[in-house]
Amino acid sequence: MDQFFFYMFSAVILVMALLCVTAKNAVHSAIFLIGTLLGVAGLYLHLGAEFLAGVQVILYVGGIMVLFLFVIMLVNIDQTLKEAIFSGQWKLGLIGVALLGVELVWFVAKGTGLPEKPETHAAAPAAAQLGNVQQVGDVLFQSYLLPFEIASILLLVAMVGAVVMAKKRI
Amino acid sequence: MSYLDQTLHLFPETVLAVAGTLIMVLSPTVKNARWLGRIALFALVLALFGSHVSYHHGEYMGSAFDGLVTNDAFAILFRQLFIIVAALAVLSSFDYLKREGIETGEYYALILFSVVGQGLMACSTDLVMIFIGLEISSISTYILTGYRRHDARGIEAALKYFLLGSFATGFLLYGIALVYGATGSTNLAAIRAAIPQANGPLVAMGAALMFVGMAFKVSGAPFQVWTPDVYQGAPTPVTAFMSAAPKAAAFAMFLRVFLTGLTPAAGYFWLLWGCAVLSMFVGNLGALMQSNIKRMLAYSSIAHAGYVLAAFTTRSAMGGAAAIFYLAVYSVTNVGAFLVVAHLAGKDESTVAISDYRGLGKRHPVLAACFTIFLLSLLGVPLTGGFFGKFYIVTSAVAAGLPGLAIITMINSAIGAYYYLRVVVTMYMEDAESPAATPAVPASGTLVLIFTVIGVFALGVFPTMVLEWASQAADILK
Repeated sequence: MDQFFFYMFSAVILVMALLCVTAKNAVHSAIFLIGTLLGVAGLYLHLGAEFLAGVQVILYVGGIMVLFLFVIMLVNIDQTLKEAIFSGQWKLGLIGVALLGVELVWFVAKGTGLPEKPETHAAAPAAAQLGNVQQVGDVLFQSYLLPFEIASILLLVAMVGAVVMAKKRI
Repeated sequence: MSYLDQTLHLFPETVLAVAGTLIMVLSPTVKNARWLGRIALFALVLALFGSHVSYHHGEYMGSAFDGLVTNDAFAILFRQLFIIVAALAVLSSFDYLKREGIETGEYYALILFSVVGQGLMACSTDLVMIFIGLEISSISTYILTGYRRHDARGIEAALKYFLLGSFATGFLLYGIALVYGATGSTNLAAIRAAIPQANGPLVAMGAALMFVGMAFKVSGAPFQVWTPDVYQGAPTPVTAFMSAAPKAAAFAMFLRVFLTGLTPAAGYFWLLWGCAVLSMFVGNLGALMQSNIKRMLAYSSIAHAGYVLAAFTTRSAMGGAAAIFYLAVYSVTNVGAFLVVAHLAGKDESTVAISDYRGLGKRHPVLAACFTIFLLSLLGVPLTGGFFGKFYIVTSAVAAGLPGLAIITMINSAIGAYYYLRVVVTMYMEDAESPAATPAVPASGTLVLIFTVIGVFALGVFPTMVLEWASQAADILK
């Protein structure tokens, strides 16, 4: 059952990603990208990371995709529909991808197996009793309180930067 | 420890972040942005004083916030360096911003925030914190690069820096993820302890990716391509700032992560060696062909990154101390040199070609003399700080059994002589056909010149003061 869901979600991700790259219409591409992101959220759920799955849906599918669609709205779609979707170097890219694929297969076949999961993960023992969200909250607001707070300065700087760059006159 | 005590470990960062926010709150009401610059200056002096007091009284030292940050000699030395560089940059910006008509509060706030990020990079012992510090510092610098918005070259530089920088950050983050996956921790000491039992190839892959990200940030070859364009396009006081502070911060993170965290992950010696040698040659040979003074100094900064990487390659306490000392010397000298360039740049940076410096020795003897001192220090002439900087690097390379690296460093110093002395010759031996008016140096600029010239000579005559401190700092990394 475990494996079935893993392969199902992986297939969804791969098919949607392929469609996203090959779709001619940018809006269709965006929709397929949503499919990919939802598939990734499914994988997270499958790993028992409900919080990550929720954040994936809310942030990526919700927030970031809306931004994507806004930008697509500003682009002249009728014009882009007439143009070729791949640049002239797609054959070169295909060769590169094929080489990478051969390399991966070779390593998986010849290698000693996948890396072992380290056993030192701090949160592992408590996993049974506490919910996933609760655990993330505990770690975030206790041992990682400082980075959590400092990130606000990062966001502030990014915001100031956006305003400085977008203002008509400094 | 209470949260207040722990926050006081980060006193300079706290002061600067509060001051930066205050400047932005005040900026709509304060008409003269110069006052906001003075607030920034005051905050920088306060932060410097605070970290000085805490170091000398031994208060609020050691680690805080569950080992995420630590206040040690290494962190304090770098922090004070960033703060001094930022103060000099703010002082040299006053006149420049007015001339370009872009004097606003956000500029000063961004410089303060950038220093906050750099301070965090120097004092963090956890990859998560280091990463956030790096991002704060980088994003502020991207924005400052594009601050002359009317100038196409400035915008191009900012966009290029932003895109390539984000890409490099991606490499770094991926490397952090792989190292975390292999060792189960983001704390540098824990990573070091876990590496012997961890999956070797995974750690090596993570270390290699982190190396790419960090080599980009210190502009080491072959990840240096952005440097000349960005240094040329940025407002010159910003170039002064970013050639010193973010670069030294990137080196601080580089040293801390690789010497403290990833030492057991063998095999990166040749990476460092190759990067150092390539940076020296690319920087020095590139600088030979430049006709623009900012681009020349940009290539020279690639070469200087190569020298510091050469000291880093020894992976000894002595090499670490040499690298830290060199960074201090290089920062002070470079800020001085770029201030002279900023002063002479003219409206819209129209006179930044080396040929514009013809006859400067006659037109403005003091400015020409100062510029000569900075160039000689970059070259590494005795009596200037640059001499001892290079001397310690070569000594540490020989002591570590790397005579080849020492010889390459010296060959490159010799190549450097050509383009540094060429500018000196241009200033004194050639006459300008139609000399441009040389404006008088304002009080703030004079202050920076005095400070940097004294700094260059003090480091060249009494190097032990800083060197001893640097050795202490380097010992901590082991």
